[in-house]
Parts: sequence; structure tokens; C-alpha cells
Amino acid sequence: MSEAIATNQTILVVGGGISGLTAALEAAECGKQVVLLEKSPSVGGRVGQLYKYFPKLCIPTCGLEIQYRRLKANRNIRLISMAEVTDIKGEEGNYNISVKVAPRYVNENCTACGECGDAVEAEFDDEHNFGLGKRKGAYLTSRMAYPQRYVLDPRIIGTDDAQKAKDACKYNAVDLEMQEQDMELNVGSVIWATGWKPYDAAKIQPYGYDRFDNVITNVEMERMMDPFGPTGGRIQRPSDGKEPKNIAFIQCAGSRDHNHLKHCSRICCMASLKQTTYVREQFGDEAKSTIYYIDIRAIDRIDDFYQKVKEDENVSFVKSKVANIVDNKDSGNLILNGVDTEGYNRYANEHDLVVLAIGMESNVPAGVFPEGTAINEHNFIDFDPANGGIFGAGCSSDALDVNRATQNATAAALRAIQVVNRVAGQEG
Amino acid sequence: MSENKTGAYICQGCGLGERLDTSQLVTIATRDGKANVAKEHEFLCSAEGVKMIQDDIDNEGVNKVVIAACSRRAKTDAFRFDDVAMSRANLREGVIWVRPDTDEARETTQEMADDYVRMACAEVKHMKLPESSGEQSLNRHLMVVGGGISGLTSAIEAAKAGYKVDLVEKSGELGGQVGKLYKSVPRKNGLQGYVDSEIGELIEAVNANDNITIHLNTTVAGTEGAPGRFKAELATESGSTSSIEIGAIVQATGFRRYDINQLDNLGGGKSPDVVDQMGFEELAKAANGGTIKRPSDGKEVSNVVFVQCAGQRSNEPGHLNYCSGHCCTTSIKQAMYVRDAGGDATVLFDDLRTPGATGEDFYRAGQEKGVAFSKGKCTSVDTSGDLKVNFKDLILDEDATANADMVVLATGMVPASGPNPYLQLELDEAKNQEGQEEKVVKLEAELAKAPDSILNLSYRQGTDVPHLKNGFTDSHFICFPYETRRTGIYTAGPVRRPMDTSQAIEDATGATMKAIQACENAAQGRAAHPRSGDLSFPSFRKEGCTQCKRCTVECPFGAIDEDEKGYPQYNEARCRRCGTCMGACPVRVISFENYSVETVGQQLKNVDIPDEFDEKPRILVLACENDAYPALDMAGMNREEISPWARIIPVRCLGSVNTIWITDALNSGYDGVMLMGCQKGDNYQCHFVKGSEMAHYRMSKIDDTLKTLNLEKERVQTYEVSIADIQRIPKLINDMDKMIVDEIGMSPFKF
Repeated sequence: MSEAIATNQTILVVGGGISGLTAALEAAECGKQVVLLEKSPSVGGRVGQLYKYFPKLCIPTCGLEIQYRRLKANRNIRLISMAEVTDIKGEEGNYNISVKVAPRYVNENCTACGECGDAVEAEFDDEHNFGLGKRKGAYLTSRMAYPQRYVLDPRIIGTDDAQKAKDACKYNAVDLEMQEQDMELNVGSVIWATGWKPYDAAKIQPYGYDRFDNVITNVEMERMMDPFGPTGGRIQRPSDGKEPKNIAFIQCAGSRDHNHLKHCSRICCMASLKQTTYVREQFGDEAKSTIYYIDIRAIDRIDDFYQKVKEDENVSFVKSKVANIVDNKDSGNLILNGVDTEGYNRYANEHDLVVLAIGMESNVPAGVFPEGTAINEHNFIDFDPANGGIFGAGCSSDALDVNRATQNATAAALRAIQVVNRVAGQEG
Repeated sequence: MSENKTGAYICQGCGLGERLDTSQLVTIATRDGKANVAKEHEFLCSAEGVKMIQDDIDNEGVNKVVIAACSRRAKTDAFRFDDVAMSRANLREGVIWVRPDTDEARETTQEMADDYVRMACAEVKHMKLPESSGEQSLNRHLMVVGGGISGLTSAIEAAKAGYKVDLVEKSGELGGQVGKLYKSVPRKNGLQGYVDSEIGELIEAVNANDNITIHLNTTVAGTEGAPGRFKAELATESGSTSSIEIGAIVQATGFRRYDINQLDNLGGGKSPDVVDQMGFEELAKAANGGTIKRPSDGKEVSNVVFVQCAGQRSNEPGHLNYCSGHCCTTSIKQAMYVRDAGGDATVLFDDLRTPGATGEDFYRAGQEKGVAFSKGKCTSVDTSGDLKVNFKDLILDEDATANADMVVLATGMVPASGPNPYLQLELDEAKNQEGQEEKVVKLEAELAKAPDSILNLSYRQGTDVPHLKNGFTDSHFICFPYETRRTGIYTAGPVRRPMDTSQAIEDATGATMKAIQACENAAQGRAAHPRSGDLSFPSFRKEGCTQCKRCTVECPFGAIDEDEKGYPQYNEARCRRCGTCMGACPVRVISFENYSVETVGQQLKNVDIPDEFDEKPRILVLACENDAYPALDMAGMNREEISPWARIIPVRCLGSVNTIWITDALNSGYDGVMLMGCQKGDNYQCHFVKGSEMAHYRMSKIDDTLKTLNLEKERVQTYEVSIADIQRIPKLINDMDKMIVDEIGMSPFKF
């Protein structure tokens, strides 16, 4: 990748998930110059890890494919992967951005033929699968990976495996001498779209994610459903690989909670409702789902999805914040204790798998933005005049579903265009 | 255009050189493909390989390029050549990666590769570079319809980007529903109460902006044209008209209040002290910070009950079956009005929906202000004496009653959209058919109830933007909220889906982004999403056209009009380049420069069809390039095995498949034909909305053709697939292979 050339009429988009891709594409298709930075080896972000979208139950990679095609066709966008912003200085219309680009150890000669992956022996936890499975030390992040280029795990550098990868490549694509690079960019406006991460489930002590094998998170459930994922597309209990028949979904796991994330993460209700359809898809009438919830937030016209799930007699709803979980050591089952607030009845319900509808934690980093940037207590970037030409997009601005994230990212693209158009007007 | 010269470049990398006889491919390209230049390279996507091709383009006059290497989805940066037509023979993902590396497979694998080279040469020969239609025009000027918060936002945001705006408002003032509010829900998080509305400042800013022309008491009497060259007639109340020329349109016509008289069991229309949220705002505005007085007797209210989901989230007749999204926070805000004046306020809810950081903070702020939240379902409001709210307390699981000075019904938003344009078309069609009297009556009744047109489009497919559900004009796509079926016209705010003020502001900004992009696209003849940047556009051979109107009716985007003689009029800037018109045309006169009946037809005709006794069937697979084709690529990456008899051709959309291809394939001796497109129906995933559905419909009529040819109907199959069907698609192909070999046998049409 050649050095990105940027000017103060360039828009910098940080983050190559669905929001960043959208913002970058909308601006670029309006004729603007865009530099798109992505921290990981390929773009796509969280949506690439989802099995299906609510409410249509369609395939997330279908939309990504269109975005990638737009990206491939557009010469206004320079994509730099494995790049992270370390500092932003300056003001609206004139920002200096410091960027660190991690070595990929694979150059643009790569044809994604896969020989290096076959040659390397070392395996590591697969980030794409939240560590549920393994991947090779030379790998493509997924079948949809874009750029479609392998990457070497830095942990194999200096080992025999690195040499094996290099020897396997017929195209001189493996470059073990690659170093981390620092890069400075001058841009007019910044769209920050670094998205979200699942809240650390282990911090919710009473639910025992770190103690009980059969307590999983909803994002792990998504990976289980992938036919090429860690379980070959099967929902199964981590402890013994058995098919669960009686699954609990715990809403607001880490959200709407003073001890964890205070905000509502918005997507988790719909996500659990959606995941009950996975359970039905796999087990038909053989398995039951129970959703423990405070409020079901199936907002606006997608409320009909909730209505439909409610009609499924294998899905039941308990209005309750689950107090704690204890395990039955013999069966690996879990007992959920709490009070059903509809009627105030105490319960101790046994389930064979618990899915935590985990909260959405903002990925906005500390120490990067100019002083005075309005970042709220939930770590989302406010839309605020104090932010000048820096705009949060997608889940950097609030907890949003995909539809709202792309909507918000489209709006952010216009705000950035306004800045660079003003610069252009001044510069003539 | 200068003389055509085809260069075919065959890659030996990624195992192609070992698995295939690439020198034979060079021969095939020259002998069968009639390529003027054919070269092998050990690593075609390398700088050297690319330079070899570029040199031929620059020095040898090659203007048609065949890349026989990996999939068209791979190595796009390397294989990007300006001003040449290009076809890619997919020998890696499409051949060697889906075939076993065995001696017995070698021959059939080579045959596959041979055919793909022939196909690519044939395709590129019939491809032309898109030339300018001459229709391009740059007009950085928007029309925004609706002067509420969404329309005002759209106008000011467009102006800030340097675009001019004509803002059209039906009433005599700007501000819309938000302008009638006493206070607003904050757009920012933090434990705070309601805030002053920003609408006053926004109106001022719009008034002061030189780029914005405001038209009050004005409606749109007519709209014609296309992005970049729309013309709109504006009519004022006084009867005067004026005409404006604009590049794109934002429709922000907001919502209508739900009629609370329909909720008589909840006291709607029975007591003046039972009001909807907008009614309560009026009272709060009148009180202006003092205690709210109730309408019936002017008594200062000290106890108000807010009934959530009144007439919504319900399937009862007359109710709205969706959630309006904003009503929970609105009721919390209004309950705060009551609490701040020292009264009691209770919110009766089923699910309290205050999502995100801002929503949840506002909910907490309400709790801190002492608003009572009660989970219950209101069963009736007794208006016979003092108001009594009867409800089922869902916490205590018992029936309960609450007294109230006033009751506020949180009713839903009814989209203020124009009429569904397809109703009139359906009616016209029904009237032309016999035995449709019942349908005609039903449609006429529905049309009589339809609202007035908002845009009065002169389009063949009706006057307004199509509805999705419940009258909302929303996009069906999750990833693409601004996908619209009327290119260059974007709806924003609650006309699109129910939403609160914050959302409406975001939404209007996003819609404005798409509108200015539509202006820029139109200026360059570029397609809008999903074929962004495509410069090809459909044209037709007038001599052959029978004015049958299939193309004007079937275009999913209403892009094609008819002239007075009934010939189609393509509007480049409205067209999305899916090719559904091309698929529809019974006389095959519609084509794109680089995608036509010929570019596909010649591919399938250039496949070598072995003699019946060779026992090598041929299966034609027409695969949607958006989902089926990527899935096939990934099947290759996954080394899923695919029948060596399959020959796969990507198509822009299944809607572009013309039945002549099927007939030609069957006549040339193919043993099976498979069409693979996206999901159709209510949850359609077709990126061109109706393409896949049209294809299924057309194929349902192919049986007659098969009968005429005396062929089994199993030979032609249409499938709905997704991009995730990485294992299923190979299986479908292999099943077809098996069926031909084991059951129905070879086609008799081999020569």
C-alpha cells in the first residue's frame, strides 16, 4: 500500500465496520477523497460475525458484499488496514492525524492462494469466533475477508513457522522484515466509527460466565450458528457438546445497570428474539427458549417481530432481572434465581444453556482526541459544536442497531462533506 | 470507436499452471475465442503481469481484455484497466478449486477451463464501453417537501454543504409538529429533564439562509424528470403557480395524529380531559410552566395518568400494529411537566422503551423526578364522573383502578405519505381484464380513502413514493436505510418510519446526504447504489419494439416512462441498471452496452456441447452476482466439489434473465438450466426489490416452452439462495447433475 496522500479536503474515516464503510462510501460516491483506516486485517467489523440480521433474518455478508463491491470500484477511497489512530491535533478543516500501521508481513503480491496457511503449524484463538475456535498463524480473517490478503500472526515472527510461510509463497508476498510504520495525515474532517465491543461478561459476577461452561454470550451464539464456525453451525453446550433443550436468555446483561453499563444497548432485545428463531430452526419443537427481561424493546415498526416470536409457544417470557446463577455440577445445568415481577413469585428455574444478552460497550479510545472533545459518560461521542470537524458515527455515537448505525453514518458523511466543502470554498 | 482488438491473458499462478494446460487455453482463446493476442503468465496479477497487459493496451491497441485467472471478485486492484472492456474467466475459484486434483478429473476440469475461456472471449467481443447518454446534467439544487423538523433539518444541512434548496410547506408556517411542543426531550444524554426546543433557532437559521427559498401555503402540483433534471410545479393556496428545476428531492412530510375518537373505550372523544400527547402539549404550552389546566372545567391538574401504547402495538381493527418509538420518552417528558408543577403523574406501560444512552438517562431522570411507572395494561377509562382508569396491574396480577384529573393517551404516528402508487396501476390493470369486477370495486374503495398525492410525479408507475408497510415509505433493507424505489427521491422523518425528534434530525441529515449524492451521480451518469458508479444504461432498438409495456411496468424503480405512442422512455438517472427491463422484453430489443442478450447469449452458445454419447451433460447456471456468485466463490475457497458439467454465468440480477437464454440453452443441447437468485416475497433480499420475483414469475411460464420442445420440466429450475449457501449451492448443482444422469437422461438436442 502506497503512502496515503491526504489534504485538508480529505475526509478521514476511522473504523471499517458497517458504519465506517457506509460513511466512507457515501462521501466518496459524492466525489470526496476519503482515507479509511481499519485496525484489523480486514474490514467488515461486527456485522461480519453475525449469522443473521433481525428482523428479516437475512445474511449480513450480503450487505457487506455490496459494500465491498462499492469499495473496489471507487478510486476516491484509500483503505489502510491494520492502522490505528494514536493522536488527533488541530481544528475543523485542518487536522493532523498520527497513525500507527502494524505489520501484516504479507504484501500486495498475495493472491490469497492459501499456501502459507497450509504451511504454518501454529494455531491461535480465532478472534473472528471470539476465541471459540482456532485459526492458523497465517490466515484470512474470514471467507469474506477484504482486502483479500493473508496476514501473519506477529507471534509466529521469528519462529520456524514464519519461514515456512515465506517458503510456501511462490509470489514473494510474505515479507518478514515488515515493520510497524508511523504515518501522519492532514485531513479536513474526521468520522469516528470504531464501533463497539461486547461487554466483558466475566464482570457480571452473579452470572458466572467465567465459572460456568454453559453460560455463553449472545455473540458467541452467533458464531455457533455459522456453518463454518467453531461448532459447525450447531448450538451446543460448551461443557459436553450436547444439544441444549431448554435455553435461557438473560436480557440487560451488563446494560441498564449502575454497576456495569448504565445505558440500554438497544439491540439485545431484538438479538435474543432473533436467537429464539435460531433455536427453533435447529431443534424445532424439541427445545424451549425463555427470555428473562425488564422491558422488551422492539422499537418502532419491527415490533411485529416481537409479536411473531410471542406467538411461538416454545418461547416464554419472564419479567425479571435474574439475581444469580448457580450450577448443578452433575448435569452441567444452571439454576437461575430471581423474582418474577409479574405476580412477585420467586423462582429457581433450571436451564441447560444460558445466553447472556451482553451489552454494547463503546470502543471510543481515551487519549486520542483533542482536548474538549465532547465524549459523554457512556463513552459515546456527542454531536456537539465543541467537536469541530470530528463526528461520531454508528456505535461510536450511541448504542445502535445496524439500520440506525448506517443511517447515522450517512448523516455523519454529510457533516464531514460540509466541512471539506467549506475548506474548498475558502481555498477556491 | 476504433477497431476491436481482443487480448486474452491466461494466468498460471495459484496452481492454474499445474492443474490446467494453459497453452491449450491460449490456443482456445486464439482459435475459438478469436483473440488477437493471447498470452500466458506465471503470475498475472503481479506488477509484471499487469504491465504486460497494460503494454498491449497502450501499444498494441488491445481494447477488449480477457483475464483468465481468478474470480472477478478477486484481485480487483491489480486488474483495473481504464477504457477497455473486460471479461474475467474464473478458472481458480470456479474451476480448479471446485474440482478434485486427480488424474481422472483432469480432462473434465480442462474442459471447464476451456469453456470459460471461450465464454469470456465471446462475452467481451459483444461488450462495449458505456458511452455518455447525453442526459447528464448537474443541478445542485434540492426540493424539500415539508417544513417540520425533518424538512427544516434537511434544508439547512443541504445549504451548509453548499446546495440550494426550495423548501415547500403546505401550511402557513414552519415548524410542523415539533413547533407545537412546549418542551423537548433532550438529544444528549445526562440526567436531565426536558429542554427548550431548538426549532425556533432552526427556523431562524433557515429563514436567514440565502441558499434556501421558502414556499409557504404551497403544495407540489407536479413533478417530472429525473435526478439532475427534475421539474416541479409549485401551487400556492392563492392559486398562483411557479416552476422550479431541481436535482433531487427530500420528502419530509411527517406524520398525522391518530384519531383518538377511535379509542372510545379509553375515553377518546368522550371526555375533553382525555387527550392525546399533542393535545397535552397544547395545554402545557398554554400553561407555560404553570400548572396545567384541564379542558373541561379549567381545574388545575394534580394527577395525570399516561396510557402507553394506546391504539398501537395491537391488531384490533383500527389500531396501529406497530410501536411509534417516541411515545415512552414523550410521556416521561409530559409526566415531568406535571411533577414540576407539583402534581402526580403515573405512566402505565407494558414495555418501557427508552433505548440507547440518551433514552435510558431520560428514563432515570423521570424516576428521579418522582414520576410513577406502573406496569399495567389499561382496559378502559371511565368518563361517567371523575376520570377513572381501569387497568390490569401486571406486577400484582390484579385488576386496579386509578383516579385521574386527566388522562393522556399515547397514541401512534400515522405516516403522512402520499397514496400507494401501485393501487392505481393495479386498478388500471384490473379494469383491462375480464372477471376482475370485485377487485376493481375493492381497489376503487381503497383509492377513495387514499390521501392526496404529495409529489404528483408524472411517472408511469404512479404519483408517489411506494409504501413499504403500514403506509410508511421506509426502505426494506437493513444495511441500506436510504434504499429507495424512486431514485433521487428520499423520504425522511416519521413518514419513513415512526421516530422521535433526535432520530428525525439524523434521518433528515442522512436523506439529504443521499439527495446531494443523487445530484452528483446524475451529473456524471453514474448509477446509484447498489451498482454504484455503473455508467452503462439501457437503450432499445425502436424498430423492433412492439410497445408491449412490459419494461415500463416491470421496472422495480419506476424508471421508465412511455411516450405518447407507448414507446419506452428510459431515464438514465432514475435507472439502477439491474436489467429487469432487458429480462422482461419479449422481443429482446433492450440492452446495455456491456450487458445484453448477446453478452450472455453468446457465452452460453460458445460452450462446447459434447455429443450425446459422450455422456458429458452440460448444466447452465445463471447466478445472481450479488449473492449466488459470491457464495460460489466461497464454495471454491472452501474446496467444495462442484459438478464438472456446470457452466456458471453471473447475471446482474435474476430479473435481467431473458427467457430466450433458456430457450437457446435448451436448443443448443444443455441438459439442465439453473437460475439462482435472492429471496423474494415479503422478506425479499433481492437488491433490486422485484428482480428475483419477476424471474420466478417468468420461469413459471417456461413449462410451455419445455412442452413444445418435448423436454422434462425438471430441466429448468429456479432457486432462492443466499450468500451464505456456500455448501447448499454446490449441492443443488450436483443434485441436478445426478438427476440428469440417473433419471431424466441427456437432452436430445445435441448436434
